[in-house]
Amino acid sequence: MGIPRFWRETPSRYNLIGTKCGSCGMIHFPPRVICPSCHRKSIGKMERTHLSGKGTIVSYSIVHDAPHSFEMQKPYVVAIIELEGGCRLTAPIIDCSPSDVAIGMDVEATFRKLGEQGEDGVIHYGYKFRPAREATK
Amino acid sequence: MRDVAIIGVGDTKFGELWDLSFREIGIEAGLKAIEDSGITGQQIDALFVGNMSAGKFIEQEHVAPLVADYSGLSPRHIPTFRIESAGACGAAALACAHMSVASGIYNIVVVGGAEKMTDVGDTQAAEILSATADQEWESVFGATIASLFAMMARRHMHTYGTTREQLAAVAVKNHKNGSLNPIAQYRKEITPEMVLGAPPVAEPLGLFDCAPLSDGAATVVLCPLDMAKRFTDTPVKIAGYGQSSDTLALHDRRDICTMDATVIAAKKAFHTAKLAPEDIQLAEVHDNFTITELIAIEDLGFFKKGEGGPSTEDGRTALNSDISVNTSGGLKARGQPVGATGLAQVVEVVRQLRGECDKRQVDGAEIGLTHNIGGTGASAVVHILRRVN
Repeated sequence: MGIPRFWRETPSRYNLIGTKCGSCGMIHFPPRVICPSCHRKSIGKMERTHLSGKGTIVSYSIVHDAPHSFEMQKPYVVAIIELEGGCRLTAPIIDCSPSDVAIGMDVEATFRKLGEQGEDGVIHYGYKFRPAREATK
Repeated sequence: MRDVAIIGVGDTKFGELWDLSFREIGIEAGLKAIEDSGITGQQIDALFVGNMSAGKFIEQEHVAPLVADYSGLSPRHIPTFRIESAGACGAAALACAHMSVASGIYNIVVVGGAEKMTDVGDTQAAEILSATADQEWESVFGATIASLFAMMARRHMHTYGTTREQLAAVAVKNHKNGSLNPIAQYRKEITPEMVLGAPPVAEPLGLFDCAPLSDGAATVVLCPLDMAKRFTDTPVKIAGYGQSSDTLALHDRRDICTMDATVIAAKKAFHTAKLAPEDIQLAEVHDNFTITELIAIEDLGFFKKGEGGPSTEDGRTALNSDISVNTSGGLKARGQPVGATGLAQVVEVVRQLRGECDKRQVDGAEIGLTHNIGGTGASAVVHILRRVN
């Protein structure tokens, strides 16, 4: 894969940039150009917004059968996280034992290496989540 | 719109078919279906091929004319179409073919599904399958297809009290059915202990919760219902059809314990067939993982939400029980050649409705349903098939 594939997603992967619909206020991540609720009314009104990075675990899995690029990390945890503000994303849960992870657990985003495209390829970075240091509201 | 009938079916054995190429399995299933239907190659108006990823599995794109060519149809220059909808390729191809006949554009069409998955290694095959999820916002973060279904399973367990034993009961039942199906990849019965003790793949799912990687093909032949008796004494009518889509990423769904795409596709199919879930005697549902079958039998309306697990454990989906689910062995035991899956389901239901299923025959089978999904449920296709007396 070429470098631009990773480079063009850096705003959202580095800084959790999503969009807020100017019509209904719904938050989406990653950014969308059209709101699934407001359709035409939302066009041109999807404002960029920075998500807090705090959320709770909706569900998770401990991965043992991993893709080649994640071989060194297994077993690892991936989770669906509901962020403050209402939208959801998928991310690894790190800095804890897989057995400590639970549905409903408070987590926060942190910036990490996500992977690399072989020995000569680009290293790409983005968010992973870890247990929250302070309880979310 | 014209009513449409299935007048012929054919398939290959499913499994690791080292000695057969993609084109060989595609042609084997196709020729069997044509022979079964009683048509000749001269009568075929068009070919539809369901195939997910020949480009990655065998480095060959443009597979629809390839299949027509090696079926000996190149001098006839028939139109060919390839349909991709992840795991739902087969049923989506049937849907397109069905529309082409119902609309009057074509009279006799052949619909084949084929996938050759074992020319690449297991890890590579799993990575190819992961492309059916959201590559940029799921797979990049290490989410595998198994882990996404595992997240559905864990949430289903959390919300409804579904147990690992209930998930295991799906695999045990489907292997039992598969043991009675000559084309099935796995023909050995398994025990709940074997499922629960299998190595973990993506917790809470283990190896025996997952359908295998397979080679295989399945084909059906369609024509207008009012022409069907010219070719066969046992036509099967496509009585209902529904298809739906949803967000590509699992995390964007309204509820990860329900596939809204299945719910909506089923409603449309029941509406067009003028039937209800209680009218269905047998169903081939998508069981790429054990949890998928539990969610499917709830979303299709056979059981209330949360009751899929207990109902399966109580044997209510076993052969000749309340509803016979996955009599073929399902994706779990019959096998999962992705592009062929949806059509293999249809082939099984047609054979059941014709009374050709021997030891796994559903008594008095008259109405059956097929349910085929793509990715983690971003596509869903439901067909209802009915014997014509």
